[in-house]
Amino acid sequence: MNGAARFPAERDATGAAARVDLGRVPALRIELRSLSLGPREVLRPLALAPAPAAWTAIVGPNGAGKSTLLRAMAGLLPFDGALTLDGKPWSAWPAKERARHVAWLGQNEAASDDLTAYDVAMLGRLPHQPWLAPASAADHAAVEHAMRQTQSWDWRERALGSLSGGERQRVLLARALAVRSGVLLMDEPLAHLDPPHQSDWARLVRERVASGGAVVSVLHELNVALQADTLVVMDEGRIVHQGAPDDPATHDALQRVFHHRLLILRVQGRWVALNA
Amino acid sequence: MHAMSGRTLTQLAALLALGAVLLALGLAIGSMGWSPWTEGGDTMRLILWDIRAPRSIGAWLAGALLALAGAIAQGLFRNPLADPYLLGCSAGASLGVAALLFVMGVSPAAAALALRVGMTGAAFAGAVGAVLLTLVLARGVTQSLRLLLAGVVVGVVLGSGAALFTLMNPDILRAMQAFMLGSTGYVGWSAVQVMAASFALCLLVALGSSRALDALTLGEDTARSLGQRLTLIRLLLIAALSLATGAAVAQCGLIAFVGLVAPHLVRSWGPTTHGALLLLSPLTGGALLLAADIAARWVIAPQELPVGIITALLGGSYLLWLMHRRKAHFGGAGGAR
Repeated sequence: MNGAARFPAERDATGAAARVDLGRVPALRIELRSLSLGPREVLRPLALAPAPAAWTAIVGPNGAGKSTLLRAMAGLLPFDGALTLDGKPWSAWPAKERARHVAWLGQNEAASDDLTAYDVAMLGRLPHQPWLAPASAADHAAVEHAMRQTQSWDWRERALGSLSGGERQRVLLARALAVRSGVLLMDEPLAHLDPPHQSDWARLVRERVASGGAVVSVLHELNVALQADTLVVMDEGRIVHQGAPDDPATHDALQRVFHHRLLILRVQGRWVALNA
Repeated sequence: MHAMSGRTLTQLAALLALGAVLLALGLAIGSMGWSPWTEGGDTMRLILWDIRAPRSIGAWLAGALLALAGAIAQGLFRNPLADPYLLGCSAGASLGVAALLFVMGVSPAAAALALRVGMTGAAFAGAVGAVLLTLVLARGVTQSLRLLLAGVVVGVVLGSGAALFTLMNPDILRAMQAFMLGSTGYVGWSAVQVMAASFALCLLVALGSSRALDALTLGEDTARSLGQRLTLIRLLLIAALSLATGAAVAQCGLIAFVGLVAPHLVRSWGPTTHGALLLLSPLTGGALLLAADIAARWVIAPQELPVGIITALLGGSYLLWLMHRRKAHFGGAGGAR
């Protein structure tokens, strides 16, 4: 269903992509000394502060610690160091207020047969809803907007578990977008998406950034990552380089961590990475 | 939770109506089979008020409690095979009852003490004690897998304790067997009151946590990222799960399958949020157990079948049917869709 459809950008009267009101965009910052999972030290000293109105892509070989770093930034893993939001420690924020500022889309989020796609997207509004209060008109509007953005509105009545991998991923993406948070953290959001939908995802990210949001994504698709504003290159639990995608130093760092098995070229004004 | 859908409201009305019809049937069927309240005078009024009414309402409440506990367990542990007994409740209740029956045979003084506690008290204390032991062994509620494993260990150990008591005093075997099979035959008004109060409390806690359970279907990390305080919610839900199971088991023994089957039945009607599931499952479980209780009284009247045998037969057959239907739908359990 809608296999060829693309994520449409919401347009305003002038034809420009409509901006989503993300509220105030807080400054998220992680300063990590060490993070261990069991006996293994997965992350070593590092610091990262994603800029507002910018897209940061975290890349690196398997086992570099990319997903672990993103989970730590979402406050989902304890570690030795500090995680702050607007300079205030993460734990000092009320859980719901924090959740309104920082949204997280995990890798392989479980699929449930029990909820419809609409119910799932509506979960993104949980941080905005008082306990036991029914969803407001603003909640419904945000969910519809997010589902239309990801072209998943047509399946809103279907159970999440009955959707294909790509369809499910678009519903989960709508769930994360519906939070309308200033900071959006996404772990391998392109899993199961076909190439046209990967491009559409990148456009969605651009719209989010145009609205002032900070977007951080862990990506394996280097060609998509090279469209980001900043590339964070990781290897063996460390950030080995942070820089713009057209910076030769960034290319050198990518070559180093991928053992010089890449060809980074400029094609039609865009950087692409090919397997060497 | 967005406003309740029209489909949920229809199901709610249908289940309430079914409950009312079954309740009327429960009042009309006695130990001699069909004997409605229009016949007989004061004796019938006495039978109705003191025996059939509390028994029928009690059966509905016990079914509702077990189904609610089952729906909570399946949501909390994100496991469709979870049932109310998975944290060791059943083994704990069995051990409580076995210990009580054993003590009664030891000395007259012990028997007097045991009588004061009663089977109900012993079963409830055993069930709740078992859950507490599970929580201690699992070192809290933060890890679902650890809780499930601790529940299995507690179930096996306490179950063998109950078996040991029974072995040491075979006279209690018959009473233990009756408890293990479950029965609604001894439910009086005081039991109804206890179960009704427990049900109201547990339902409130469950409905209050329903959106967190929805969020949990996407995984613990996602639920936490949405601002859900999972530790508090787990604690509250485990307390509700234990109270619901303990109250039902203490009054009616170990009734099988209702807690497992009722939430599955509700899910088979279509996608549903936990808000609807936690409301509809108890109504379904109540109707199931009351129907089973009526059948238990009726099928071989004036003899009575243990209600647990009927629920096990019905529940087992239903799960088997569900399994085959799913296989036909998806071409194998857990197959790609």
